[in-house]
This record gives sequence, C-alpha cells and structure tokens, in this order.
Amino acid sequence: MSKKPENHPDVTEPARRKVFKQIFRQFGVAVVGTLAGHAMLRSRPALSAEIIRPPGALPEPAFDSTCIRCGLCVEDCPYDILKLASWTDAAPVGTPFFVAREDPCRMCPDIPCARACPTGALDPLLTDIRKADMGVAVLVGHETCLNYKGMSCSICWRVCPIRDEAITLEPMQNARGVLQIPTVHSDKCTGCGTCEKHCVLSETAIRVLPRKLGLGRAGRNAAGRDRV
Amino acid sequence: MMKAVRFIAAAIYRKRWLLTRRTVQIFILLAFLYHLPFLGRIATGNLSSSEWFGTMPLTDPFILLQSLLAGSTLAYSAVIGALIVVGFYAVFGGRIYCSWVCPINIVTDVAYWLRQRFNIKNNMSMSRQLRKAILLLALVLSLFAGTLAWEIINPITLLQRELMWGSTAGATFLFGLFLFDLLVSRRGWCGHLCPVGAFYGFLGRFGRLRVTASKPDACAGSGCSACVKVCPEPHVLAPVVSQDARTVTSGDCTRCGACLDKCSTGALSMKLDLGHKQRFKDIPVVTKK
Repeated sequence: MSKKPENHPDVTEPARRKVFKQIFRQFGVAVVGTLAGHAMLRSRPALSAEIIRPPGALPEPAFDSTCIRCGLCVEDCPYDILKLASWTDAAPVGTPFFVAREDPCRMCPDIPCARACPTGALDPLLTDIRKADMGVAVLVGHETCLNYKGMSCSICWRVCPIRDEAITLEPMQNARGVLQIPTVHSDKCTGCGTCEKHCVLSETAIRVLPRKLGLGRAGRNAAGRDRV
Repeated sequence: MMKAVRFIAAAIYRKRWLLTRRTVQIFILLAFLYHLPFLGRIATGNLSSSEWFGTMPLTDPFILLQSLLAGSTLAYSAVIGALIVVGFYAVFGGRIYCSWVCPINIVTDVAYWLRQRFNIKNNMSMSRQLRKAILLLALVLSLFAGTLAWEIINPITLLQRELMWGSTAGATFLFGLFLFDLLVSRRGWCGHLCPVGAFYGFLGRFGRLRVTASKPDACAGSGCSACVKVCPEPHVLAPVVSQDARTVTSGDCTRCGACLDKCSTGALSMKLDLGHKQRFKDIPVVTKK
C-alpha cells in the first residue's frame, strides 16, 4: 500500500481532485464530441429516393431509430433481394434496402422479412402484402415510354403482380391514333418495383419513388402564385 | 515420437486459454456464416441481434439502448434477447464479450502480437476513461440525432457485414484500425476507445467469473509479474499482484485468461466466485491479507 500523506491534509486531497478532474475532462470530451458528432450525422446525405425499404417498414425517421441493423430480414428473404447498407450506400449504415431495378420485391404472401424483424421496424401487424407500402411506381419517362410512342410494349402492365389493378392501360386518343397509357393506381400499388425491373429501356421509364416524391396531393399551395 | 507429442501438448497447454477463446470466437463467427448439414443455420442475424437455433433471440443491449434513446418503442423479441444477454454478462462478467465473442478482438490481438514481434515501441498514450466518454457520446448522440449513432462506425458489425456479404466498403476503416493498434497506440482500440467494451464493462462489473489468486503464496515474492505484462487491461491485476486482493474485481477484466496462460507458478485460476465463504465477513470479496 502506498503511504497517505496524513501529515499534510491541507496540501493534498488527491483522490477528490482526481475525480473532479476526470469528470470535467470526460464532460469536455462529451460536449466537444457531441457537437462534432452531431455535425457529422447531420451532414450525411439524406436517404436516397432510390433506396426502397422492405415491406412493412416504418416511415423513415422511425425506421432509422427502430431498426437494429441485424439483417434477420435480409437472411429470411427467400429471393435474396435485400442488402444491409454499407458505407457506400445512400442509407443509414446497416439498414436493409433493395434496389428495384436490380431485384424487386416478390411480394411473398407470408412476408418472411417482416416476420423476422425482432424490433418491429418492419411492422409485424402487416399481414396482407397487398397493403404494403414500399413506395409507389411513377411513370416518369413520358418521352421515352414506348406506349407513349404508340407501341404496345406494356411490359410494366404485364409483369405487375397486382395485375390490372395497380397498373392499368388507359386508352388515350392522339393525332396518330389510340395510345395505351400505363397508369399507376397509387391506392393499389405497393411499390414492389417489378415494373421498374422489367422496363425494357436502358434507363427505366417507370420507377418506384417514395410516396411523398412520387405523388401530388390535392389542396392549395400555401406559397403559390395565387397568394398575392 | 512421444517427445514430439509431449512437446506439442505442452505448447497447447501453455496457450490453453488463448486457443479455447479463439475457438469460441471463430465458432461464433462461423455460426452466422454457414449452414450445418441437416440442421441448417445455427445463428441468423448478426451480433446486433440474432436468432440461435431458430428459437433463442439474442440482442446486443448497447445497440438496443441506442435504439430506445433514438426513439424506438420496445419490441418483445428484442427485449427478451437483450435480457438474456444482459443476464449472462451481469452474472459472469461483462467484458467476456470482448475477448470471447467480439471479432474485432482477433484483429487487435493480431496487431498487438505483431507489435511485440517487431518490437514497435511507439505508443500514443490515451486515457482508458476515453471509452467511457465515447460511450456517453454515442448514447447522447443517439438521443439527439434519432439514429443509432455508434452503428455508423461500429467496426464489430461492420466487420461481420463485410464477411457475410463480401462487401469491402468498410475494409479501409478496419485496416486503419489495425494499423492504429499496430503502429500508433498499444491496445489502442479495445483498451481505450471502444464504447462497446466500456458498456459491457459497466454491465458486468459485478460479474462473478473472476481471476482468483487461489494460491497467493506461490506467487508471493517471486516478483515476476508476467501476468501483468500480458494483460490487456493491466490495472485490473495490480491489486492481486500487490497482494491487496484475492480476486480481480474490476469490470475492465475481459476474462481472456492471458494471465493464466502465462503464470508459471499456478497461483492464478479462473473461478466462479460466489462469495459463500466471505458472505458474512467482508463483502466485497476483496480480502486484505
């Protein structure tokens, strides 16, 4: 045992001083670190619109906090479409996603990915895959879509797993004749991405977007022109 | 022939704890990677949360805590999994995770071994308290940012993801971590920086599986302190070597058994210290001689 300087109680109270020093130092590190870390977190790019979450995923801020990054959904996906985001993917590290153009969700009726989730980040109450909301397909390429050019490609309509409900072909008369326009019905579309996967163009003309980006919403634009 | 066998047996005996530990570590890694014929997966998921033999959930309590702070709601399966993990480490000792489960331990141990081998003396000294500050930081940041802050860099799950899905996006970071431990700071990551270790240290600070000086007289006066030299957290052994305590009680002890491998006097052993004998005398089990 080291000897305590009992003769000079006024000079040294090293234990207490040490504790205070330690507390302040740790507090300092924590404050500086919080500022730096928070800045770092905030400067990370937002979730890309190309990232599609598995079926039943909670809306984004809640999903980010609830998903525990375990990859059980990834392993239980029978078609191996899911990946956990690495540093180079535009999603929070370790969270699951799929890229529709590479491999779309096959909409398994028993939803094994959501069943596997231990935290409820993929909603366990989702029992009907047709109620899933991974996004919504939007025909973005009006100038490139072959059906708009008067051909009858209609591949998106033909591959859609919610056949003739999520995508229908609506006839539209123009100068050259009748066009069959693939039209997405957002209340039926689950955002599985099968149409995006199979679009024959080199860059897809129909793609799954988050509902917020992909759909308009009725109502008045508070910042619009008519405000004046 | 007999001589060779005896030689090998002795060599294995001298590294018995290390070899057992590595076997367990590698088994756990492989359990996530491969299917068993006829039986299927041993474990699915990863070290954040997993399911063993298709039934038992295990969840990392540190990651779950971050998730709760970030604003998630409690989920049955994750909580059960975390309670099992918490129970195990609280009873036996928290940092068992570090030396028996964590795959990064293999990386940093290799770095340390090479450091010794090539006699790299260069050492940036850091406070071992730093990891506690980083732990606090990870929790506070999770609360403010609404995401699992440590999971953005956590090399444990990063390494596991890289192995399981053959990605290389984090390889530079992992290699950097290896070089940091090799060239910059001795036992830098696991001993000073990693908040996961700090968390498990807190969690299992009263863990009962303890390195015990069962024959302190064998050690007394030998002055070899070989155990302290190999210990990744040397301060935990100090009271035992100076004969102030019978058992290692610090939460920092990783139960790696390096001291037991090294001790030639047989003074040390790993014991489940249930404190029966000392129960009515002087708790805690730190008995003055």
